[in-house]
Amino acid sequence: MRKVAIVGIGHTVFGNLSKFDLVDIMSYASTNALDDAGIRKERKIIDQVFAANVGACLLNGQTGVASSMASRIDLEPAMAESIENGPASGASALKCGVMAIASGMADVVMVTGGEVMRSVTGWEGTDFVARMLHPEAEYDYGLTLPAFGGMFTRLYMERYGLTEEELAMVAVKDHENGSKNPYAHVPYTCTLEGIHCSPNADIINNVIAEPLRLYGMCPVSDGGASLILCAMDSPKMKYFKNKPPIRVSGIGSATDTHCVHHRKDPLELKAVALSAERAYKMAGLGPQDISFAELHDAFVILELAISEEVGFFKRGKARESVVKGETRIDGKLPINTSGGLKAKGHPIGATGVSQVFELVKQLRGEAEEGRQVKNPKHGLAVNFGGFGNNVVATICSKE
Amino acid sequence: MIVDELERKLRPPEMPMVPYPPKLITLASGEKMVVREVRREETGVLLETIFPLIGVPDDFYDIVAVRMYSEVLGWYRYRVANEFVFVGAIDGEIAGIVTSRCVDEKIGISLHTLTVKRGLRVGAQLFAAKMEHHLEFLDQQEVWIVAESPIGFRRWMIEYGLENAEDRYPEIHHELGGVPTYILTKEIYNRVRNEKVTGVRPVPPEVLSTADELRPPEEYPQIPGYKRSKQKGKAS
Repeated sequence: MRKVAIVGIGHTVFGNLSKFDLVDIMSYASTNALDDAGIRKERKIIDQVFAANVGACLLNGQTGVASSMASRIDLEPAMAESIENGPASGASALKCGVMAIASGMADVVMVTGGEVMRSVTGWEGTDFVARMLHPEAEYDYGLTLPAFGGMFTRLYMERYGLTEEELAMVAVKDHENGSKNPYAHVPYTCTLEGIHCSPNADIINNVIAEPLRLYGMCPVSDGGASLILCAMDSPKMKYFKNKPPIRVSGIGSATDTHCVHHRKDPLELKAVALSAERAYKMAGLGPQDISFAELHDAFVILELAISEEVGFFKRGKARESVVKGETRIDGKLPINTSGGLKAKGHPIGATGVSQVFELVKQLRGEAEEGRQVKNPKHGLAVNFGGFGNNVVATICSKE
Repeated sequence: MIVDELERKLRPPEMPMVPYPPKLITLASGEKMVVREVRREETGVLLETIFPLIGVPDDFYDIVAVRMYSEVLGWYRYRVANEFVFVGAIDGEIAGIVTSRCVDEKIGISLHTLTVKRGLRVGAQLFAAKMEHHLEFLDQQEVWIVAESPIGFRRWMIEYGLENAEDRYPEIHHELGGVPTYILTKEIYNRVRNEKVTGVRPVPPEVLSTADELRPPEEYPQIPGYKRSKQKGKAS
């Protein structure tokens, strides 16, 4: 299989960008990636565009996002397709890019994700996201993703003794990282006192879906992120001399039952474990080789649960690593160095691409002061779709 | 200031209002915000705080800031009846301002909420504080409220579940430009109070003293690149 390198990265700030057009946001991130790769003038070398997005049709009244974006940034006659795979759309688009190169159909691929969700109210946004659930067995009963997050957290607490204080510690750590990320939606630090211990904490950090509180959930965000991939054996690699190439050493995905209640144990996220196993196998690596990770913490509980499923910690033990500070920037396995979805934000279609953007930034040694991991070699990203029914794991490595 | 007879005629009648006891709120950041009534001699620092936001169209800061500027000035110059102004201050730096007034002993009118420091629920807490004053300390029956921004509508009309009084116009009409009026009744307030209103009293003297001398913010997240210290000497 041909080796694939990431040779350019781009990002917009995440936050409320609802006054901007979705395709403009994606084009901005893409142009940023072209500049990073140093090929703005030579952009026509791009053979293929994959555009990840979930809600353009429902939220922005738009279809055909990939072709629109390719035209807006003057990439014609490149091939262009839109990819929709729920919250895992971004990493799925990357996987399509890797497959296009591996198959020989393309040498240079642009993968861009974007979403504008703040164009509707929070309620409508929550409803839109809930439409990925089973229409009759889940959605019709009023289930939403935050509701699943709450139930999952409650069950995890009961089984493993996780406390609200430990959950708050995850948020504090993520916000510490996010406060140093110029793209973060919520670039503020929070403290354990402020969100858990103070007499005001119950109201300042109010319950959203019990036992999950405001600081246990990601914000609803708009934004875009972009990657440029190139086949490492392609003569076109000569265009990319600006930055060191970062290899996509492993990528895997897996599905699980659509209905969560069909799983024998709702706390087992089989698609996470299997997608990571596939990515590890492709990369010839194991969890012990990973220097840092970006895990899909739409709810802070997922950071803990995913870190266990990918083999970093035994089941129920991730909480101890948080208490010990092992997942902080200066810990032995930093997790969500970007601030994660919790602090950086979660524009659904962009998230998976943004996670890999962070892997590349860290592996190049370009992260901002105070959030650069020391000498990272391999980074893992897990992009979690539905409530774990479609997951993509990606490993990036220094060449 | 000598209040001559003509000036006396220009001033609205005032009803006595009990003072609002200051309170302390620990924000998510761990910062301590003192919420207290503003003294008339502090008007200058309030106006300095509000002024730069008049040029910010995002999230309707412009209209809220310009109206609040006039409300604070109107309060200072005795041109608005029964108005009160609260500030949220962190180490003396103004994080947010709210204005409100009483129509009579039973009815309050919420004027504006201006959040300078964003992302920490400063505005939500200052709004809650003025509702607390109207309905608990002043013991009023209801507060009339309008929203001039989507954020305000979500925070007040939706989250508090306010009573929609549109169909009772003009019997019930907020004085801000005919925007549909909603009502926070005492019953609704009592229902949501424990989820919305917080704060510790009395404020420890060493913390209260940090809010003794108010300062305008040095920077505004709403105005990227703005530094107050760099503005000095520039014509506004």
